[in-house]
Amino acid sequence: MQEWANQLCENRQFGSKMTDSKYFTTTKKGEIFELKAELNSDKKEKKKEAVKKVIASMTVGKDVSALFPDVVNCMQTDNLELKKLVYLYLMNYAKSQPDMAIMAVNTFVKDCEDLNPLIRALAVRTMGCIRVDKITEYLCEPLRKCLKDEDPYVRKTAAVCVAKLHDINAQLVEDQGFLDTLKDLISDSNPMVVANAVAALSEIAESHPNSNLLDLNPQTINKLLTALNECTEWGQIFILDCLANYSPRDDRESQSICERVTPRLSHANSAVVLSAVKVLMKFMEMLPKDLDYYGTLLKKLAPPLVTLLSAEPELQYVALRNINLIVQRRPEILKHEMKVFFVKYNDPIYVKLEKLDIMIRLASQANIAQVLAELKEYATEVDVDFVRKAVRAIGRCAIKVEQSAERCVSTLLDLIQTKVNYVVQEAIVVIKDIFRKYPNKYESVIATLCEHLESLDEPEARAAMIWIVGEYAERIDNADELLESFLEGFHDESTQVQLQLLTAIVKLFLKKPTETQELVQQVLSLATQDSDNPDLRDRGYIYWRLLSTDPVAAKEVVLAEKPLISEETDLIEPTLLEELICHIGTLASVYHKPPSAFVEGSRGVQHKRLTSSAGSGESVESPDTGSAAVSEAPPAVIPSQGDLLGDLLNLDLTPPTSTGPPPAAAPGMQLGAMDLLGGGLDSLMGDESEPLGGDIGGSPAMGAGFGAPPAAMPASFNAPISGGLDDLFDLGGGGMTMGTYIPPKTVWLPAMKAKGLEISGTFVRRSGVIQMEMTLNNKAMSVMSDFAIQFNRNSFGLAPAGPLQILTPISPNQSIEAALPLSTVGPVMKMEPLNNLQVAVKNNIDVFYFSCQYPISMLFLEDGKMERQVFLATWKDIPNENESQFQIKDCHLNSDAASNKLQGSNIFTIAKRTVEGQDMLYQSMKLTNGIWVLAELRVQAGNPNYTISLKCRAPEVSQCVFQNYETVLKN
Amino acid sequence: MDSCHTENNSRAEMIHSLFLINHAGDIFLEKHWKSVISRSVCDYFFEAKEKAVEPENVPPVLQTPHHYLISIYRDKLFFLSVVQTEVPPLFVIEFLHRVADTIQDYFGECSESLINDNVVTVYELLEEMLDNGFPLATESNVLKEMIRPPTILRSVVNTLTGSSNVGDKLPSGQLSSIPWRRAGVKYTNNEAYFDVIEEIDAIVDKSGTTVFAEIQGVIEASVRLTGMPDLSMTFMNPSLLDDVSFHPCVRFKRWESERALSFIPPDGNFTLMNYHVSSQNLVTIPVYVKQNICFFETGPCGRLDITIGPKQTMGKTVEALMVTIHMPKAVLSANLTATQGNYSYDLATKVLVWDIGKLNPQKLPNLRGSLSLQSGAPKPEDNPSLNIDLKIQQVAISGLKVSRLEMNGEKYKPFKGVKYLTKAGNFQVRT
Repeated sequence: MQEWANQLCENRQFGSKMTDSKYFTTTKKGEIFELKAELNSDKKEKKKEAVKKVIASMTVGKDVSALFPDVVNCMQTDNLELKKLVYLYLMNYAKSQPDMAIMAVNTFVKDCEDLNPLIRALAVRTMGCIRVDKITEYLCEPLRKCLKDEDPYVRKTAAVCVAKLHDINAQLVEDQGFLDTLKDLISDSNPMVVANAVAALSEIAESHPNSNLLDLNPQTINKLLTALNECTEWGQIFILDCLANYSPRDDRESQSICERVTPRLSHANSAVVLSAVKVLMKFMEMLPKDLDYYGTLLKKLAPPLVTLLSAEPELQYVALRNINLIVQRRPEILKHEMKVFFVKYNDPIYVKLEKLDIMIRLASQANIAQVLAELKEYATEVDVDFVRKAVRAIGRCAIKVEQSAERCVSTLLDLIQTKVNYVVQEAIVVIKDIFRKYPNKYESVIATLCEHLESLDEPEARAAMIWIVGEYAERIDNADELLESFLEGFHDESTQVQLQLLTAIVKLFLKKPTETQELVQQVLSLATQDSDNPDLRDRGYIYWRLLSTDPVAAKEVVLAEKPLISEETDLIEPTLLEELICHIGTLASVYHKPPSAFVEGSRGVQHKRLTSSAGSGESVESPDTGSAAVSEAPPAVIPSQGDLLGDLLNLDLTPPTSTGPPPAAAPGMQLGAMDLLGGGLDSLMGDESEPLGGDIGGSPAMGAGFGAPPAAMPASFNAPISGGLDDLFDLGGGGMTMGTYIPPKTVWLPAMKAKGLEISGTFVRRSGVIQMEMTLNNKAMSVMSDFAIQFNRNSFGLAPAGPLQILTPISPNQSIEAALPLSTVGPVMKMEPLNNLQVAVKNNIDVFYFSCQYPISMLFLEDGKMERQVFLATWKDIPNENESQFQIKDCHLNSDAASNKLQGSNIFTIAKRTVEGQDMLYQSMKLTNGIWVLAELRVQAGNPNYTISLKCRAPEVSQCVFQNYETVLKN
Repeated sequence: MDSCHTENNSRAEMIHSLFLINHAGDIFLEKHWKSVISRSVCDYFFEAKEKAVEPENVPPVLQTPHHYLISIYRDKLFFLSVVQTEVPPLFVIEFLHRVADTIQDYFGECSESLINDNVVTVYELLEEMLDNGFPLATESNVLKEMIRPPTILRSVVNTLTGSSNVGDKLPSGQLSSIPWRRAGVKYTNNEAYFDVIEEIDAIVDKSGTTVFAEIQGVIEASVRLTGMPDLSMTFMNPSLLDDVSFHPCVRFKRWESERALSFIPPDGNFTLMNYHVSSQNLVTIPVYVKQNICFFETGPCGRLDITIGPKQTMGKTVEALMVTIHMPKAVLSANLTATQGNYSYDLATKVLVWDIGKLNPQKLPNLRGSLSLQSGAPKPEDNPSLNIDLKIQQVAISGLKVSRLEMNGEKYKPFKGVKYLTKAGNFQVRT
């Protein structure tokens, strides 16, 4: 630093003597002493020059705190400039010299009484910046006076000072009643004072989320709106941000606020514009969509957003990040403005990438030709990141706009012909996604792709290529050679490639078993024996076991139809989006993260939600858009006899016949196997929205690679796949039993029907194990022994996992408790009602039959918590006719209690939203056969009637699920 | 005693600190509005700067474990602010630009050497502009009353007399409802001049089709009028202006109801209005470009042939015509002939500039010849884009025209004038 300063001065030898650079010339050794002498000089001018030198040193980060007493001595002066300079110094160093700082107090107090308002304001302002407790005590009286000063300049400065003081000592501010004074200032006659009071209050409120400090009511709102027109641009930002927190009483009020805020859209300051956009976006929710004004407002929003894009690049960037949110929420606003997002070659890269993202969001059939032409153009640019993203964007277009798919594919092929390495690799990654979206349509290009096999050196591209080879092994003559070539360096590959290779070879084997046995052996042993990677080993074992137990089943599992990938995989999940819309213009909106998630130490951020107009419970509000473009054939909920499920599970998984309760591993294994067939299948087969290493068929690329901000989602969701695998191997481990509702035992078999044997019982799910708990009561005169139990085929394949353990005979009038672990791998037949179970019990006397009904929650898996995004996609994907709605009457729990209770039965709440006092819980559960049930539970405070909507690919289960809800909630 | 108030609860202010950093990455000024934050916080920024290669590409918002760094890059300087709380980033960026504007306004240029020459004044300005993260005074009129801009004369006088360059009175405009204008303005010559400047932003593809075109318009004002003049400006065709943003002085209601700009102007130079014309049919493209740039598969060379002609110039002459091409890296030299103007090729930056001057519709300028490539280099993958610069005097290409300018509130007769100018903004032709 020293050298630099000297050099700086040398460079400026020719410079004028009048410049401040001369102050740097003294920054050499011993200077502190020199400065000390100068500061204590009698000559005013010399003092001032000395202080300037001190300040100059400060600006370059030099420590001049040792001069504290000398500088403070210069404070008592009538020279305003000198005073200001000393104050500047004080603010910087008071904290490190608290005892010295106290020396300044008297001058401060005196200055607060000065005749010149500028000096009064300066003093109160500086005092507030000195974060020393001792000083704050002295600050109170002067501050109180300044808050009521006749001069508005002093009042507005004092308003800010309250916020500063509050940050140092909140209690003091409250005790002294400053908060009330501050609130009074909202009604001040001067708009600048109002703006600063609002800013100060908002800041204080941020640290006291529930303080209700900014008690917004129609009167204060009116004052704010009046001040909005008159105060400075910065004040307008504070006021608008404050307005955004208000919830209008009705659509009328909403509209009138919107009308008064709209002129701000024409402000030259982009921060004002964006804050106004936030208010409008939020209050618009209240307006009925059929209102003329609603349409007018939509139209008014487009031009200012477009204008933001002609500002400086940094402003553009922030604007683009926000526009990204806005187009997700209300695509109609900018749907005709595609062209403003076209990329110019000299845009900074961060602007280019954002523009590209928005282009894809706005892409539609109407403009796809233009978009594609642009993307092709971009794919030949210089910047590698940008080119890659452009190539991926072409893939996204293909998936989003079906009509364009063919064109996209041919564009991608053109790009592959350029042989630019990274372009080829990106193209292959996206082509794989296109294959998944449109199976059996574009496979003719495979040959071209194979030509570039050698040049692929990125794991993602290699994995994609391997997937393609595996998936279409039957059409590629030398598929085995191709895959074998990858196998050579198996251990050097990344996990992604290894997993993909494993799956691809298994696929190949299942398709061409005769020639590839050796290959599959090789890969299985590489994966299971030579690898340290648990994911790889686990997957290897699953395949191995599947292949060795039943190749037919393996075929069904491995070559099962994959879930389709949806068009928009990087959409922000709706509750987060709503929250972010309420935070337009903030850092949260730039990072697309909930505000609570990232600002350090933010003290209890309030979650903001959009409130919608009462009358319109329509599409935007609910995750159901009714426009599910693709819907895969719903899997038959209850497979008919002898189909895949039965076939596979009738394998050798018969319950062990050992005495004593069966080891936990056995049902675990079975459940895991079930898992493979059902929901687990989705995840194993690669649900594109899951950025897990373990994707077999799908690519996480589209979702994860597409500029999705890191850690955008809270990490608390259990990804189904890991859940599934965990289940498979340590299901016996401590599961959650807390709060599980266990129905009381009821009499299943009355004594009179069973020659004196009375059986009452219930079902329990503990740690993932279903048990039938029974009390057997001997009401006959003779001893009963030799008990055995059998189930009839039933809807979910429930079967005893072991023999009924009643080791001692039951004497007359004796009763005995028995717990029978159940598996869900028994033969399947649809029952009426669905949860009906027919049981046969045998003893030394006779065989008795009874039927009972189990709560369907017995079948809800512990890993039934769906990931938010998957939930959203699935909800959309399930056709509307599969939705059923029920009322649950007379339930007096609040939503949180309900959610907790339900969780005990493996009904997981994924998200909660509050709309006008109505809590909406989004919940998921997963049945043992892999069927997912999605629910939306609406709880209105004070209303004992809940509404529940259930969506499931197998709507037959809805009735049962609803009954289960009712039982759990009411007990 | 004060130890209970540690760093982690001092998060009140919006903008915590400001660092000014030069092109080379040296911090040459720091200002803290509360506690001092170590300049090591900038290391995250330097890391990003390193990664971005070009300074223009440094992301404007960076996250560090404890802070957010929000920066702008202007005049080859980075203005880097450190924030700790949730702050609207646009607010910070706008403010930083305002700081740069103020420095420019005070010292004539925003450069490291000028800032160092005036470091104390800059420091005082920064203090005046922000209090606890709240902008205090950002209007140049107000600031200049609080802290006088340096003039050679005043520096000399100040040195001789020891008087100060800090105003000791509360600025008159600071709290009035027209904070942008100070009271008691006096001129012997009263004048109000307006420049309507339009920039054409366009992307034209290789076939000559306009992919995208829009006009960024601005009305710059230079008003030196005595007292409190109240001006109103009307247009022949205000319907063009459906996307506008105004200086705070413009009365929005009057605009909404009458489509007239009514305002009490700030004293001096200011931007009265920005507007944006994006409707394609209103945006005319003044010139066409016929170009052919190609590189041969065999041999290290390529050809270039560019001709420019007038398209829609509204009867005016196109001047200051210039073509800039960022050539692919492999291009070593250009051996070209220009029928008009001069060309130069900068080997270091790979930028070819052809400075044409006036466009003569009778004899169209042409530049043609060969490009030589680094031997052994593969054929360049990227096609260079052409950037066109041009000017057309006395016309606003959108057709916007001022019809009247009136003054109320004062008795004297001012000189009034409106000039029009059309320029190329970001005008790109793809090849």
